[in-house]
Amino acid sequence: MNTHPRYRRLAAGLGVLLTPGLALADEAAINGADTAWILTSTALVLFMTLPGLALFYGGLVRGKNVLSVLMQCFVIAGLASILWLALGYSLAFDEGNAFVGGLSKAFFAGIGENTVSGTIPESLFALFQMTFAIITPALIIGGYAERTRFSAVVLFSCLWLLAVYAPITHWVWGGGWLNQMGLLDFAGGTVVHITAGVAALVAAIVIGPRRGFPDSAMMPHNMTMVVSGAGMLWVGWFGFNGGSALAANGDAAMAMLVTHISAAAGAMTWMFIEWMKFNKPTVLGTVTGMVAGLGTITPASGYVGPAGALVIGILAGLVCFNATMFIKRKLKIDDSLDVFPVHGVGGILGTFLAGIFASTQLGLFSGQGFADGIDSISAQVAVQVTGIVAVFVYTAVISWGLLKLVDRLVGLRITAEEETEGLDISAHEERGYDLH
Amino acid sequence: MKLVTAIIKPFKLDDVREALLEIGIQGITVSEVKGFGRQKGHTELYRGAEYVVDFLPKVKMEVAVAEDVVDKVVETIRNSAATGKIGDGKIFVSPVEQVVRIRTGETGPNAL
Repeated sequence: MNTHPRYRRLAAGLGVLLTPGLALADEAAINGADTAWILTSTALVLFMTLPGLALFYGGLVRGKNVLSVLMQCFVIAGLASILWLALGYSLAFDEGNAFVGGLSKAFFAGIGENTVSGTIPESLFALFQMTFAIITPALIIGGYAERTRFSAVVLFSCLWLLAVYAPITHWVWGGGWLNQMGLLDFAGGTVVHITAGVAALVAAIVIGPRRGFPDSAMMPHNMTMVVSGAGMLWVGWFGFNGGSALAANGDAAMAMLVTHISAAAGAMTWMFIEWMKFNKPTVLGTVTGMVAGLGTITPASGYVGPAGALVIGILAGLVCFNATMFIKRKLKIDDSLDVFPVHGVGGILGTFLAGIFASTQLGLFSGQGFADGIDSISAQVAVQVTGIVAVFVYTAVISWGLLKLVDRLVGLRITAEEETEGLDISAHEERGYDLH
Repeated sequence: MKLVTAIIKPFKLDDVREALLEIGIQGITVSEVKGFGRQKGHTELYRGAEYVVDFLPKVKMEVAVAEDVVDKVVETIRNSAATGKIGDGKIFVSPVEQVVRIRTGETGPNAL
């Protein structure tokens, strides 16, 4: 996603084109290559949720809850799409004020086949952003998996999308205050990963741990699903970060390259740490390291170089590994699928490191430069930290409030009996597997 | 008439089945079960924590036999199912009150 400087330049360019011959001018402004790439990226990012994340999360839970995870992913995809159309896109990307957009783009009003955003159709831009709006609440599933009432999942996800995701998107990408301050968040370190990670952590704390945690083993029921999903996430992420360039150009290519390097580095780092610490490298650890690498590079992907990405990926593996052990083993918080230590901590780390590795003065490890008006690592890092803290605190507080509200309205947690029976039967009266 | 129930290691199922066929046993019932005796489970690693997985997969075989062949059947099962290592399993013999062949209605030893 463009940051403020590029956004301003494009808007200025469009202003020049806005003559009375509006229709012709719009068509002239649409770049076919850019549009083709973003059309593709949109499909890739949706693929990350359906079925990437669905399989990844689905395989990680116990067999009796597999359908509940798949269902939640699909339902969030459906509901988030409609909400984004109705309100979300407008609240995020309409002009409004420094904190939230207005309502003039509700139901995509005014967006026709020839409406342009930058060099692509605005309908496409809105759809591309929709896929981000889908995956972010879907990520939170991992924090409350296996014990949350379905109606609570539905209600919370809808409210959260509008009260947390849309405003923060506006802050960072929609011309809001962090955008104006020069926060570097290329593809969603703050908007997607910190928000989802923090919300998952808060949910895990508020809803409480699964029965039997932490003493009984609650092993993934299908690691083949997990790895298949992980593979889809790696590939899909090329659209997530590469597409955030909103153009088919060198920026997109570099973003894709650094994304890939960070994924590989994150995976290998986590694998080696497990190998040394536990004598056995695990498949789950390796793919989780990959996700950590991907989440961490996300905010930095448009601003850093390949060597910088290598460092970022290695640090992602190291830091997120230790964060996972800390949250699970030390603090004993049942963030079931480790959303906070991987996405939350990864997003925080990546947003911070973007401030460093964007610098053009790091020799081999240089990046593409800071935000407009910023000219030192310390100044950029100060902005990055501001963004991290603001997003963290806002998300934590509002998520907590929404959870409490949802608990009042429909109840957050299922009964002990339902939890033992499994959500597939108790919530959906269906079986994931009917093997003989 | 007796019911011979044997809990054996799954990979031994074919050996036992063939051995029983050779001594003239015509039918057995097999189910997949899990359990443990003195053979401990194995450990699995999840997020850095090792968990002992106590329940091991086993196969349960049941065969109803006439009194005069019980000892032979038990001996046959034992010989074909044994590996000499812990976890080989156990054989139980229990009395059977009645046996009925569903197709013909025959009862007693004729129905075995």
